[in-house]
Amino acid sequence: MGIYEISLATVVCINIILALGLNMISGFCGQISLGHAAFYGIGAYTAALMVKAGFPIPLTIAAGMISAGVAGLIVGLASLRVRHDFLAITTMGVGFLFLGIVRQQELLGGELGISGIPSAGLGKIGYLAVVFAIASLSAVFSLWIKRSWMGFAFDAVADDEDTARVVTVDVGAYKLAAFAMGTAMAGVAGGLYTYFARFLMPDDFGFITSITVLSMVAVGGIGSVFGVIAATIILTLMPEFFRFISDYKLLVYGALLFAVMRFAPEGLAGFARDAYRRLTVKKQAGETV
Amino acid sequence: MGALLEVSGITVRFGGVTALKEVSFQVNAGEFLCLIGPNGAGKTTLMRAVTGIIKPDAGRVKLDGRDISHRPTHERARLGLALTHQIVRPFRSMTVLDNVALAAGYQRFHHILKAMGSVDRSAERQRARKYLELVGIEDVADKSVVGQPLGVAKRLEVARALALEPKILLLDEPLAGLNSVEAARLADTITGINRDGLTVIMIEHNLGEVLRVSQRLVVLDNGRKIADGLPMEVIQNPSVRAAYVGKESQHAAA
Repeated sequence: MGIYEISLATVVCINIILALGLNMISGFCGQISLGHAAFYGIGAYTAALMVKAGFPIPLTIAAGMISAGVAGLIVGLASLRVRHDFLAITTMGVGFLFLGIVRQQELLGGELGISGIPSAGLGKIGYLAVVFAIASLSAVFSLWIKRSWMGFAFDAVADDEDTARVVTVDVGAYKLAAFAMGTAMAGVAGGLYTYFARFLMPDDFGFITSITVLSMVAVGGIGSVFGVIAATIILTLMPEFFRFISDYKLLVYGALLFAVMRFAPEGLAGFARDAYRRLTVKKQAGETV
Repeated sequence: MGALLEVSGITVRFGGVTALKEVSFQVNAGEFLCLIGPNGAGKTTLMRAVTGIIKPDAGRVKLDGRDISHRPTHERARLGLALTHQIVRPFRSMTVLDNVALAAGYQRFHHILKAMGSVDRSAERQRARKYLELVGIEDVADKSVVGQPLGVAKRLEVARALALEPKILLLDEPLAGLNSVEAARLADTITGINRDGLTVIMIEHNLGEVLRVSQRLVVLDNGRKIADGLPMEVIQNPSVRAAYVGKESQHAAA
């Protein structure tokens, strides 16, 4: 693997952690968020400040995770009273609020961002291995949650909040849990991005990033762990292979998001399921004939 | 014997409209109470106030001597109030069986961290299957709830409520939309459940079934309680007849 491939693979793994985090909130628990990039940014900036202050790598990433998770919990608390479109607007507002604050803080480098962040000191391959391991861990964690009783309760909240309450689900607590876990994962992704990019700019964590992550989750098939991973790989690599997409990112991802919502709400996971079903049905038909 | 559920002075206003005005009633343990009244009388609103889905402007609700007036819906449900919806609301992403299994696992997801740690659903699915058998829809257990006929969906609501192992079963028009055979069968099932000791409050329009199964009637009209007593006596009550029959004869005349 050349340097270019290694850095691409690292970005893919970071995006997988980021997307699986949003999948926890939007996919499992059914709460739309258009401000996921803000928590990615909180993790990244926290880690960057910690690195600059001389803390070693596990601590910086953990600090990024905790600060993003706590911020997620606070935003979650504030969002408990709003649903659907209103939640989308509220979370979008959080995203812009984050950018607005970061741009004004000298401590965070303002418009110029933070540069001169030292590397993790693991070498490119070594760092990829670490990021890959954490991405795998995130996938396993997501699959576990999906199967657990927590995931079962999430299903109920995503389906119908009022009915969930009637069957004793503490809807507010479960939403908060989803927000905290999903945003903490975004914080981890942010921390890992800090060491990878070694240079942070406010725009890295703007609305376009939030929409990109949401596209990954929606194209993959909301709630499907493997679908989201597949879509993240495709959508991360696509702009690399088709350079012109980078210039029209928001347009392309917006169109993609619309197309998926309109024509294939179950995303890649839905396609895969249909194809599998068709294959097995054909096979059975072939056997009976 | 003390009342299992004591509802006192419930007033609900929606903007300028008073949907319920100082409604009080109580239910004794083991009783089968029917709540009747013309459309718009406030029956569903009363059930929603009792379960905490809407917050009444005044009034108290006591379950088993404990004041639950300020508790959120999920806590009231955990304390023993199980509600079925008039307009069926199954969890649409789940199978029929899992709709009930989720409710049967109410102790599993009580503590979030424990819920995170436990994966096994087999015991709850087994119990859920029993409830489906009880209401007679076990043959569609593994099908998706989407596309099930109303008769199945109505019975699913009852099974899901029973899976919560409640102290009181609150049924909001469980028979509406069923044909007479289905309605009689479900009414018999509910009567059987009541005979096994479960307290039931049922809102119902089907007066034939109401008179057949209930032990006591509470009648609402225009947000007020106008009668409370033995079914045969209540139905002879002139104000009840005026609320019901009077309006019906007007409709007939029109």
